[in-house]
Amino acid sequence: MEVTYRDRTWTFDEALTVEQMLKRIDVLPESVLVVRDGTLVTEDQKLKPGDRVKVVGVISGG
Amino acid sequence: MRCRTCGAPAIINMRHHKLSLCAAHFPDWVVKHTAKAIRKYRMFKPEDRILVAVSGGKDSLALWDVLLALGYHADGLYIDLGIDVGGGYSTRSRETTITFQESQPRTKLHIISIPNVYGESLAALAKRKRRTDRPCSLCGVIKRHEMNRIAMAEGYNVLATGHNLDDEAAILFANVLHWQIGYLRRQGPVLPADGEGLARKVKPFCRFYERETAAYVLVKGIDYIYEECPFAVGATSIRHKETLTRMEHASPGTKLQFYVNFLRAKKEGLLSSHDRARPDLRMCPQCGQPTTAETLCRFCRLWN
Ligand code: SF4
Ligand SMILES: [Zn+2]
Ligand SMILES: [Zn+2]
Repeated sequence: MEVTYRDRTWTFDEALTVEQMLKRIDVLPESVLVVRDGTLVTEDQKLKPGDRVKVVGVISGG
Repeated sequence: MRCRTCGAPAIINMRHHKLSLCAAHFPDWVVKHTAKAIRKYRMFKPEDRILVAVSGGKDSLALWDVLLALGYHADGLYIDLGIDVGGGYSTRSRETTITFQESQPRTKLHIISIPNVYGESLAALAKRKRRTDRPCSLCGVIKRHEMNRIAMAEGYNVLATGHNLDDEAAILFANVLHWQIGYLRRQGPVLPADGEGLARKVKPFCRFYERETAAYVLVKGIDYIYEECPFAVGATSIRHKETLTRMEHASPGTKLQFYVNFLRAKKEGLLSSHDRARPDLRMCPQCGQPTTAETLCRFCRLWN
């Protein structure tokens, strides 16, 4: 699967839950939302090898 | 995870509420909870005229959308600061706001361009005032002044901003770290209009996590500006938010309790010895708005 967050991209070959994937990229689930194929997914969802996943940061400044 | 209401796949799990909801029921929940906060803190009534400060970001567009869904008379105000360093931030956020407004035909959007009206962009003003490192305090003065000015001129009695729980908890954290008693007294979901020429200020989203307002715009397909104002980089508020988010991760509900229990303690008398939300006000001789200053208000001094 391909995961993008801000300007970075990661590739993982194995199936992972959203929670495991966020741990791998070192991001707290409270600070992001995860979108697969245009749909929001919860932390327990399984991500499959072919998935395209976008991690959206939600903490803003200013 | 399944939606608690209908059993369909959930799109969000809110650990602090032990609640997961689907794409159909989550927006309903946001609308209902906003209505609840409006009632609980007595923010405004159906007959009030509300001006929503919109920046093109997720919180303010979500707030405008929800207030319209609840049937309130809510128009928008976009303040163009002329922030075009870093590739046209003001231009893009303005376009995003206009696009949203065009999808809501019964609403009005007021647009104020600071460079056009006052002859200087925020960056130019910051340079002249030797505050280029952190123009945010100048920005705050300008936004507060212009929001109130337009509200008064156009007949709105309520000013609504999209501050969410993460914003409020971070402000509270900073205020407590420095024991800013004056700020703590004034911090809350409602700042009453106690004085001529001031609109009542409200924060209907103060109990929503930032993650929830972001999920709302994503689920509703509202296009918002994801990028930050270039001056937000390195802001202390972001560091405070990150600290609080780590605490939230370890113990869900931390931010909500921190904020809500502060409000409760205040209601029970904490900080109440001189419990006046606003100090004595005079009228600024130049712009006529209420001010605590002896002479010109802080806003008018910026341009003199
Ligand atoms: S980050 Fe600072 S300068 Fe930019 S909009 Fe926010 S307060 Fe204004
Ligand atoms: Zn449902
Ligand atoms: Zn003035």
